[in-house]
Amino acid sequence: MSDDYYVCTGCALLCDDISVKVEEEKLTAVHAACRKGVAFMKGCSHPMEAKINGEKADAESAIKEASKILKSAEKPLIFGHANSSNAAQLKAIELARKTNAYLDDTSSFCQGPLIEAIMEDKLKTCTLDDVRHKADVIIFWGSDPASAHPRHMSRYSYFPRGKERQRGWEEDRTVIAIDVRKSDTAEICGKNGLYQIPVKGDAEFMDALVSALSGKVPKTSYDFDKKRLLELSSIMKKAKFGIIFAGLGMVYSLEDNEPLYRLMEKLNSVSNFHVIPMSGHYNMVGFNKNLFEETGYINRVKFESGEIKHGPEYSVVEALRKKDVDAALVIGADPYSSLPRSISRNFEDIPLIVIDPCQTLTSTRADVTIPCGLVGVESGGTAVRMDGVEVELKQIVESGRLSDEDVMTKILEGL
Amino acid sequence: MATVMEIYQLLPKTNCKECGKSTCMAFAVDLLARKFKVEDCKPLVNEDKYKENYQKLSEMITPVGDVTETGLIVHEDKCIGCGNCVVACPVNVAADPAGAGSGKAPTSEKVILKVEDGVVRAMNVQECRRFGENKILCVACIDTCPTKAIEFV
Repeated sequence: MSDDYYVCTGCALLCDDISVKVEEEKLTAVHAACRKGVAFMKGCSHPMEAKINGEKADAESAIKEASKILKSAEKPLIFGHANSSNAAQLKAIELARKTNAYLDDTSSFCQGPLIEAIMEDKLKTCTLDDVRHKADVIIFWGSDPASAHPRHMSRYSYFPRGKERQRGWEEDRTVIAIDVRKSDTAEICGKNGLYQIPVKGDAEFMDALVSALSGKVPKTSYDFDKKRLLELSSIMKKAKFGIIFAGLGMVYSLEDNEPLYRLMEKLNSVSNFHVIPMSGHYNMVGFNKNLFEETGYINRVKFESGEIKHGPEYSVVEALRKKDVDAALVIGADPYSSLPRSISRNFEDIPLIVIDPCQTLTSTRADVTIPCGLVGVESGGTAVRMDGVEVELKQIVESGRLSDEDVMTKILEGL
Repeated sequence: MATVMEIYQLLPKTNCKECGKSTCMAFAVDLLARKFKVEDCKPLVNEDKYKENYQKLSEMITPVGDVTETGLIVHEDKCIGCGNCVVACPVNVAADPAGAGSGKAPTSEKVILKVEDGVVRAMNVQECRRFGENKILCVACIDTCPTKAIEFV
């Protein structure tokens, strides 16, 4: 086994205690990572090949073809970025500026609203290390780390000992799941740890909690047991360091962030609570951070000869729905798998370029495919964890494939 | 996990002694402890009227494979390698407080549970609290498993 520790890029936890065994420039064993991470790090079952219009080509000519498409396009779309390194993301922003492109990432239909609120200082947040050292009340709201982030509970949130939580999970921490179903995480939370609410019931539940925290009777239209709500509010009130891990279940259910702001304001007046959004892909938060630093927005932008436009109408979904794009570059994402068919079908009418290490559903429909190295295994770089901490990724094996940063640099040069 | 009574209900309940035990109940206890296989009950396998029960029992009593001395079985098909058991295990915490006890990869050779290649593996089982003379029925690794991949027989 390796003496060095590496970083797993399987999800946004970016676990940095992974040891590997390398034989003939291939990972043969990955220790300490979860099953998801092992599968991700060991590489793709179907690596992507460089192709132009379905014909095999070498990477250089595929890159040249991509530059040609982007050069002749007037309103291209550059989308993805959740699975690429910070350096490649910065190049993508530069490329979007130069080509007057729509620029969006997966947070547009994922954790965008919460990440935006956190970057604009509207929600109080903390790092995962703070959670490990200090948190005593941990709430998984609409999130299921046992499925999406397998090592979340063992690495940071519930089970590990920390500086101020020396006695472990049984005595020092309380874990609660608020969900529409009994998830695998709720299974661990125990008999009284699950607060099962109906679909779309989150906003009302938040307002009921605010009432309970203010000493009023908490009412919900779905008649949630008031005793249990009061019980939960008293647990939250007593918390020394509380944390809400907001999942997509919560984000999709809220029309806007107002109920969450109200709850957090109330919680922080009687106790001490933080929010961390549970982002999935390993560097989605990184892209939001990079774009925020460059433009002041986290996603959904359109560059127009130096001007930056922002709004829901510039999101990937709207741009495709209105058929307002004439070429597309997808890097580190698989929109054919994650977007509805009615939207993704619009890719078929325009030239589509895909940059990815593995064959994806999107790459099988692309006009130009450019393979790149798997970041964190075949190439190095940096990425940003779900809580905003930057983590350095080291190269483990030498595969000879270009890194995603190199591919983007070459496309830029080709313009 | 199956109980003795659930297993007993599916047995022929004739106390025929063909398996070598004096009663079907005694056989059920040993079957649960994996000292016997389902196939050791000859009437269950050979007679048609027990066919359905035989099938149900075979599904209930999963093959053990590598059962450790403490009776710990990790069902590899269910394990997701989350490491909850590794961090929650009191023996691991005592042996490796800065590694396993703090949520990181184990740094000591003395730990009894460790995630290798995405699946948890048991080692140094003699250190397990369920082993030896002063054994106690510790369930730290079972309670914390989200997929119920760990079982003691």
